Amino acid sequence: MRKFKEFIIEKLILICGLASILFVALIFLFLLREGLAVFKTVVPSEFLFGKSWYPISEPAQLGILPLIIGSLLVTLGAAVISIPIGVASAVYISEIAPLKIKEILKAGIELLAAIPSVVLGFIGMVTLVPWVRNIFHLPTGLTALSGSIMLAFMAMPTIVSIAEDAVYSVPKSYKEGALALGATHWQTIYRIILPAGSSGILAAIMLGIGRVIGETMAVMMITGNAAIIPHTILQPVRTLTATIAAEMGEAVVGSEHYFALFAIGIVLFVISFAINVTADLFLHKRSS
Amino acid sequence: MRNPQKSQNIAFFFLFLATLLIVVPVGLIVVIIIQKGIPAINWQFLTDVPRQGMRSGGIFPAIVGTIYLVLGAVIFALPIGLLSAIYLSEYSKDNFLTRMIKLAIVNLAGVPSVVYGLFGLALFVVFFKFGASILSGSLTLGIMILPIIITASREALESVPYSFREVSLSLGASKWETIRHIVLPNAISGILTGTILGLGRAAGETAPILFTVAAFYLPQLPRSVFDQAMALPYHLYVISTQVPNVDEKIRYGTVLVLLTLVLFMNLVAIIMRYRFRKKKKW
Repeated sequence: MRKFKEFIIEKLILICGLASILFVALIFLFLLREGLAVFKTVVPSEFLFGKSWYPISEPAQLGILPLIIGSLLVTLGAAVISIPIGVASAVYISEIAPLKIKEILKAGIELLAAIPSVVLGFIGMVTLVPWVRNIFHLPTGLTALSGSIMLAFMAMPTIVSIAEDAVYSVPKSYKEGALALGATHWQTIYRIILPAGSSGILAAIMLGIGRVIGETMAVMMITGNAAIIPHTILQPVRTLTATIAAEMGEAVVGSEHYFALFAIGIVLFVISFAINVTADLFLHKRSS
Repeated sequence: MRNPQKSQNIAFFFLFLATLLIVVPVGLIVVIIIQKGIPAINWQFLTDVPRQGMRSGGIFPAIVGTIYLVLGAVIFALPIGLLSAIYLSEYSKDNFLTRMIKLAIVNLAGVPSVVYGLFGLALFVVFFKFGASILSGSLTLGIMILPIIITASREALESVPYSFREVSLSLGASKWETIRHIVLPNAISGILTGTILGLGRAAGETAPILFTVAAFYLPQLPRSVFDQAMALPYHLYVISTQVPNVDEKIRYGTVLVLLTLVLFMNLVAIIMRYRFRKKKKW
């Protein structure tokens, strides 16, 4: 009887162990199930590279290029801001800050990671957006730039904490060797520690960018949501994620629009899958 | 030639500046929210339903909705997540399957939140015909926080020294008895920490509940798991972008309640982790 009970429990544990694989597969399957139907009416190349997104006009135009460019522009802007600041502060926290200050800084970064994106979106709306409008004398502050700044902020906790791990896990003997040879602490950091931790730092940057591409609420609240191809970073844009969030509520289940939004979901899933698998490879390279 | 000591000072100054650029705004955000939100908080705001098209009254249904959703998510995710962590830490071998599971967890953690929303819509709302309901929303949020719970629980289980298991096994306990009576009790605070962090995450997420449960305006409280519900993060989104002329005080009050809820859970988790580390016997 005891053996039997144990057998059941172990099988249950195995099944739950497989749950993660099951859920990833289910997510992908259901995205495909609902999303692929759009390609009965639109060819994939037209969907990906079509320049106009008018899902409810007759006939519907379902080209997501403006949305892809919107996502890329906002992500690029966020990357430019968050990578240098994030890596710099990871180095500061793990190498330079005194122990007490280090704990406070880490708590601050953890705090930032915990703030819900809709709250950051709200704060962006009431502070950042008016600033951007006034500084650049624009008709509206709801621009790609505002989105980039806010998203940079949201990528920071990911970049800092993973890059800090990478810097921290560089063997102490490397550092001691460099210092013993007469290098200053700073020379040691940028000649020895940064190159040695580079694959982990790269993974940190990629995961930060992954966070940015997938971010939805804040971006929807402050980028203005205009599905046009932007010419500058000071124009409103609409991202892939914001399109889904803003339009799914109105799309009729089973309509072309509904299928198209799921197809956008497939694009997002594939992007995040690629980023996470690659980042994981970099992290494993470090540990082996 | 440049003075290396001087360039070090300059470099360190910039590194410090970069860190301030992150930490100072975070502090400012929290201070502003508290300062502008406090005046809105009173008994009526916390216990009344929204009135006059959400321009006055309180946020009670949204608070209750969020609590239901978070509890539902954890009821679903904790058992699966914990057993999955037990598998990874106690049973799995270093093989292809284990690598796949780990990769799946990493990916699950990286799936954009709005894609979870789509998935919940397709699977729970449409396919299983649960409709837009607390059940659909909780399950969607539950899958979303699964990786957080698995990762934290696994770390907690793996930090229990191997000798504990060996002693128990050598005394004749079976593998499951060892896990049940030796490993789990010693890992419990780590597991709880991870669970609370997951709760905090679930409480603050908006995109996964957009199409699976969230109601724009629903003054009465949900009666069953098949009812729609209001939720704090979605309510905040609605009153700050969808409804014009909402008093700033109400918006900030809602932000403050949501932030307090989320940060409180994080604080509890951090304190537990800290005390656990101090108390550790090994």
